[in-house]
Amino acid sequence: MSILIDKNTKLVVQGITGRDGSFHARAMRDYGTQVVAGVTPGKGGSNLDGIPIFNTMAEAVDNTEANTSVIYVRAPFAPDAILEASHAGIDLVVAISEGVPALDMARVMKEVKPLGTRVLGPNSPGLISPGQSKVGIMPGNIHKEGNIGVVSRSGTLTYEMVWQLTESGMGQSTCIGIGGDPIIGTDFMDVLRLFKDDPETEGIVLIGEIGGTAEEEAAEYIAQELGKPAISFIAGRTAPPGKRMGHAGAIISQGKGTAEEKTKAMEKAGIPVAKLPSEIGPLMKQVLVK
Amino acid sequence: MNIHEYQAKEIFGRYGIRVHGGKLVRNAGEAGEAARSLGGQVVVKAQVHTGGRGKAGGVKLAKSWEEAESMAADIFKLEIKGLPVRRIYITPAEDIGHEYYVAALLDRDKGLPMMMVCREGGMDIEEVAAKTPELIYKKHFNPLSGLHPFEARELAHKIEPDGSKAVAMAGVLVKLAKVFLESHASLVEINPLVEMTKGGFLALDGKMNLDDSAVAMRRDLESLRDLDARAPQQDLARDAGLSYIPLDGTIGCVVNGAGLAMATMDLVKHFGAEPANFLDIGGSSSPEKVVTALKIITADPKVSAILFNIFGGITRCDHVAEGIVEALKQIKIDLPIIVRLTGTNEKQGREILEKSGVAIFASTMEEAVQEAVRRAGIKPEEKS
Repeated sequence: MSILIDKNTKLVVQGITGRDGSFHARAMRDYGTQVVAGVTPGKGGSNLDGIPIFNTMAEAVDNTEANTSVIYVRAPFAPDAILEASHAGIDLVVAISEGVPALDMARVMKEVKPLGTRVLGPNSPGLISPGQSKVGIMPGNIHKEGNIGVVSRSGTLTYEMVWQLTESGMGQSTCIGIGGDPIIGTDFMDVLRLFKDDPETEGIVLIGEIGGTAEEEAAEYIAQELGKPAISFIAGRTAPPGKRMGHAGAIISQGKGTAEEKTKAMEKAGIPVAKLPSEIGPLMKQVLVK
Repeated sequence: MNIHEYQAKEIFGRYGIRVHGGKLVRNAGEAGEAARSLGGQVVVKAQVHTGGRGKAGGVKLAKSWEEAESMAADIFKLEIKGLPVRRIYITPAEDIGHEYYVAALLDRDKGLPMMMVCREGGMDIEEVAAKTPELIYKKHFNPLSGLHPFEARELAHKIEPDGSKAVAMAGVLVKLAKVFLESHASLVEINPLVEMTKGGFLALDGKMNLDDSAVAMRRDLESLRDLDARAPQQDLARDAGLSYIPLDGTIGCVVNGAGLAMATMDLVKHFGAEPANFLDIGGSSSPEKVVTALKIITADPKVSAILFNIFGGITRCDHVAEGIVEALKQIKIDLPIIVRLTGTNEKQGREILEKSGVAIFASTMEEAVQEAVRRAGIKPEEKS
């Protein structure tokens, strides 16, 4: 099993005719994802390697029964794309787009919440349930089917950690990038709750970074309610305060959101924190045995 | 992006928040003239992108225009937290009553904007928050509809016992929320908001931080950028689509992805050295981006080894390799280049670099970091 996506996931690619959209639509389909449609306003009626393209999300959903969408449109158009997917009745919207203003995202979430759609991202690498479905931009080949759930705020750092797990012989149930922005649709807590209810996820890797207090809250939840072993890695120990480290959300502001605080919170909750990426595999094995 | 006090006040004024009609000056002579036209008694305020201006001697009260001129001359000589003073704002001195703190900011944990007010203004709000958090009142507001007047009144009555004054203050809060939402700000702060002896409230200071993502989309916001305060290397990076932050160490880092870049810097420190920079070449990296990255890093005289840590997903390892080879054609680099390539087109990337013989390979990021630290002349030593 897995969370959020599996082999039955039917995916629409929003912005399928763009450079990134077309490249990843093909890559996802090659991985085995059911890519049932694409949407680009004004390009309806055409197709990409046989994937039908529609003008609107409503049409795409009506014609294909798609339940998930992934967004590759540029940042200024991303809020509208998320709203369009949500109003079309999509269950899960994955926003890859980077550079969406935080207040625009706050407005989008206010409108989306009552519709019941789950938004992942923006500025997310997407998610993958190895061997079943990949919705995003991660390289599929570093993953392996298995029982470890991975949740992270970043992209390539997640690949690094997944690769460490795979090299240590541990496969993954689902790997999720929640996105590096200050306002995101799905946070650590949401993902941890889903992992808790997934019988096949036996252990969890949480990859955090500086900024905000989501890691601290997650630590408390893991200690109190998760009931499954977890380990962690926190990036940004050397980040200077007040500087935005690439991700819009990765900033130590007013003395809050430091790696030290997050590491302390994890350790206090009994969650081992890896200092080096190569410790991820051995640490996971240790906590699984306990 | 931070903007200056005088710019924030200009925006406040457009929204009907009362501010002083001040004058921006660039030298002491102009300061004297401005002071004279404002009646002599003025406040002389350095415009720099940092807090603590007052403590650093960057804000002074002058009793005459002559004094304003000599104070400005002194302030122009200051460096405040490493920043030179290039602009000074001259504002009329005012008889003032009580000072309050009011601010609108984004609460990322709730995903909502929030108004924050405190009766004790004019001092460091972080100190107040640490020592007497019960004096600070907060209220989230709807990003679609703004702060409603009744919400503003609920807050104002908490910090101002006089009913009619509180109602007037609520009007300022509603306008402040509007400034915040319409400017795509992450913080708008008035500290202090002052009660004038002749009645009404005045924004005596103003601080605004704008969302970089919005600035990238809006010309009106981009035009507020202080071109004097820019750093040439950071501009070069931004124009090329790179994210670059200079630091104090000796290991130049080129990484794809912000999280991996931070983790790489942490590892440099873990093995006993310091990173010279944060540099994320981003997702779909072309060879040109890598060339620019190397130009930026080699312009930093502190750098004694260059470390590439690439985990290819959308980023192609062969593009990175081509970029390194191309950069070496364009610029002379005598520094050791240590490269870790994993992922998309890793083999092709290695072949390109092996053929040119310009780089030292490492197979994991830990090996790469240790090698870079060693080549920088530092004995790798685990510190944790």
